Amino acid sequence: MKYYNKLIFEISKKGREGFNLTKKDLPEVKLPKALVRSNKANLPEVSEFDVVRHYTNVSQKNFGVETGFYPLGSCTMKYNPKINDELATLSGFANIHPLQPVETVQGLLKIYHETQRILAEISGLAAYSLNPFAGAHGELAGLMIIQAYHDKRNDSKRNKIIIPDSAHGTNPASATVCGFETVEIKSNPDGTVNLEALKAVLNDETAGLMLTNPNTAGVFEKDIAEISRLVHDAGGLLYYDGANLNAILGKTRPGDMGFDITHINLHKTFSTPHGGGGPGSGPVGVCEKLLEFLPNPIVKEKDGFYYFEDSADSIGALGLFYGNASVYIRAYVYLMTFGKESMSDIGLMAVLNANYIKESLKDIFELPIKGHCMHEFVFDGLKDQSTGVKTLDVAKRLLDYGYHAPTVYFPLIFSQSMMIEPTEVESKETLDEFINIMRVVAQEAKDNPELVKTAPHNTIVRRLDEAKAARQPIVKFTDLK
Amino acid sequence: MHKYLPHTSQDIEEMLKVTGANSLDDLFTSIPKKLRLTKPYQIPSALSDHDLTKHMQNLAKQNKELIVFRGAGAYDHYSPSIVKALISRQEFLTSYTPYQPEVAQGTLQYIFEYQSMVCELTGMEVSNASMYDGATATAEAMFMAFAQTGMSKVLISSTVNPRIIDVVKTYARYRDIEVIVTPSQDGVTDLNFIQKNMENAMGLIVQNPNYFGIIEDYNGFSEVVHENDGLFIMNSEGQPLSLIKTPGEYDADIAVGDLQSFGLPLSFGGAYVGYLATKMKYVRKMPGRICGITTDVDGKRAFVLTLQAREQHIRRAKANSNICSNQSLMALAVTIYLSTMGKEGTVMVANESMKGAHYLYQELLKTNKFEVVYNKPFFKEFVLKAKFDVDKFEKDLLKDGILGPLHIKDNHLLFAVTEKRSIEEIDLLVRKVVEQK
Repeated sequence: MKYYNKLIFEISKKGREGFNLTKKDLPEVKLPKALVRSNKANLPEVSEFDVVRHYTNVSQKNFGVETGFYPLGSCTMKYNPKINDELATLSGFANIHPLQPVETVQGLLKIYHETQRILAEISGLAAYSLNPFAGAHGELAGLMIIQAYHDKRNDSKRNKIIIPDSAHGTNPASATVCGFETVEIKSNPDGTVNLEALKAVLNDETAGLMLTNPNTAGVFEKDIAEISRLVHDAGGLLYYDGANLNAILGKTRPGDMGFDITHINLHKTFSTPHGGGGPGSGPVGVCEKLLEFLPNPIVKEKDGFYYFEDSADSIGALGLFYGNASVYIRAYVYLMTFGKESMSDIGLMAVLNANYIKESLKDIFELPIKGHCMHEFVFDGLKDQSTGVKTLDVAKRLLDYGYHAPTVYFPLIFSQSMMIEPTEVESKETLDEFINIMRVVAQEAKDNPELVKTAPHNTIVRRLDEAKAARQPIVKFTDLK
Repeated sequence: MHKYLPHTSQDIEEMLKVTGANSLDDLFTSIPKKLRLTKPYQIPSALSDHDLTKHMQNLAKQNKELIVFRGAGAYDHYSPSIVKALISRQEFLTSYTPYQPEVAQGTLQYIFEYQSMVCELTGMEVSNASMYDGATATAEAMFMAFAQTGMSKVLISSTVNPRIIDVVKTYARYRDIEVIVTPSQDGVTDLNFIQKNMENAMGLIVQNPNYFGIIEDYNGFSEVVHENDGLFIMNSEGQPLSLIKTPGEYDADIAVGDLQSFGLPLSFGGAYVGYLATKMKYVRKMPGRICGITTDVDGKRAFVLTLQAREQHIRRAKANSNICSNQSLMALAVTIYLSTMGKEGTVMVANESMKGAHYLYQELLKTNKFEVVYNKPFFKEFVLKAKFDVDKFEKDLLKDGILGPLHIKDNHLLFAVTEKRSIEEIDLLVRKVVEQK
């Protein structure tokens, strides 16, 4: 197939049109000149078919989950079922205005309420709000709830959030955006919480602890009950980052571990499409004592009738309306295809797949954390470091073989991190092929290290000059030339 | 096994052998026994695809599809078929953030095109790759001003959509930022008050067209804001920007807003997309992803995420924003919509909406059942004060399948008209008004 590299602006031709429009036989409206823009926005002028062919060609420069194996750690790149897309965009969902009277949106409110109830049961908490737009937005909501809780108790000097150094970058960033001071604690070698380090920083300024469990190295915090006791005894709250919830479906619940607040990434665990980086959905859930702080508006049910309610102690509104409805409807469909009968198989198969890859490759890749992993694990680069082939090179070479790369250089606790998460949807055959290619790449690193260090070779573009992009930013079409 | 799980019992057995575990349960020994679930989730039973389809169709029927004369941040515009068709391509739909640019040139390219279009519409120098919505974009713009000036007071006009003001207040509260809602005169922002209160403020937030649909004249505002070293932040819904004076022309420092009008279904309020654009001198304070152009080792033009040292995954606790996932697929929908409607069509849709709104306004006044509230130029929304029972009016309209105006306060009704509303539909609404007592 030929390589397509034109911008939509570069195929534009004056006078070409891609639209038709009903024109109303009404007088034109003349606005005062001072209020009108001086020139028309220079948008493309193309035919409808131009647009279709252009974006089809552009799409083919992308690797999607349906293209091939996408073991991007921490991102849970599972199959996005077609039925979810079809049913979530039925006209009775798509054509509904957010400010319609509640009696005309009972179906949507029921889905909202049911979804939050199912999420609450799965995580062992009291209720969820589906209003946050993404995982980081859910984190922000959760941290605001922590602050609101302490404020209401007039415990206002609690301004510190403790975060392990193995955490996702959004955790400390969310804490800052919420006005907290972040206290980073050093992890154990396996990325788990170091209890001594935790004890050393807990005090009457502790607002809470943010934790991902299993952590970003794919290890379950076996001391979670003790961690919970320590944090609560110090007067803090425990926040669960649900990025890795997939691993524990059917096995254990954050609420039972002692977590007070969670967010769940519906685009990870509950299969809604990642969309090239969004839209996501990051419902925030709380235990009983924090219900009053959930973001407004809150969807309630009474005698089978659903309605909105604002709570006076709420952290407030987080968006113009009620979150990414078209996303959480998809998640609801997904939840209903598994139901109570099969939900726990998700976690089982995800964990089996991860362990299978790990054990099959640990002789040639450095495995810093021994023992069974959860849904993902981390290699610290190739075992044989003498060739100079780094994690980045292995990742790029995988692209040549038609695989998406794992997450690289995260978590930060290892220098050559390569984080692999296969998810439950991949078959043994797919995993075997991947394992085989990983071995091929490791062998190439020995036999012909240059080949790997200069990879990728077969992709439509090769390694990019990222420094140049930052030095001379070209961020829009008119910056070219 | 469930149809989304490919494992046969033979697979499981063989794989377990490799892992050294005797059973699946063995893989979970790190979870303390007392924390393990002992009973199945109390959630509904699984449904087959066929039953689930019926179930969802039934739920969809419990929502009423109406003839929409309501806006207030969500607008019933037409979206060409190709928008949904193209964003449903799996290469766009199922991929993740373009962290491996060699296999994500598709996503990166449309982000670049999207940024270019946002800059064209707003007259700004640089746009990011998208925000959750216009309200959160406004709050993030406030954080940019906070980081830039170090001041802890922000002014926001009372003519801004109250839902946006609410979101700004939510974000401000936890940073101890004081939000001062400035008064309005005859539906427009009072510059006098701002002149007197701008000192030591990080910036001013306004909206154009404002919540009441009025196209405000913001000439002279940026001077007042800049004299006090603040940032001028303007929220505009995307569509009117094809007609009205741009944030860039008003010398705004940050332009934000919603783009739902450009091809996204109403969809009960989401997923929509917000934009945030600014001047190049503030780019390092900007939240979210930015796509730039560079070359690969062979000198070929290529797209790549750039200036990432601003972002949470690098700066962690020192980042200005925590945004990671954005609304990328919706930004793609907007890009496809704007390409299809193009330079002329985008303006025509705006004009058709405005024509319908002005026709409705005139016809409603003729009924003598309204009082004029603001005598100002407006775009596709306007406010009139009803002389009848507005709750009964809403119910009457629903009987005829019409979603009427939004009651904002004291019988003030906020109407919205898009290009989708025919003269017949507008006349029907007017007839319903005539029937009101």
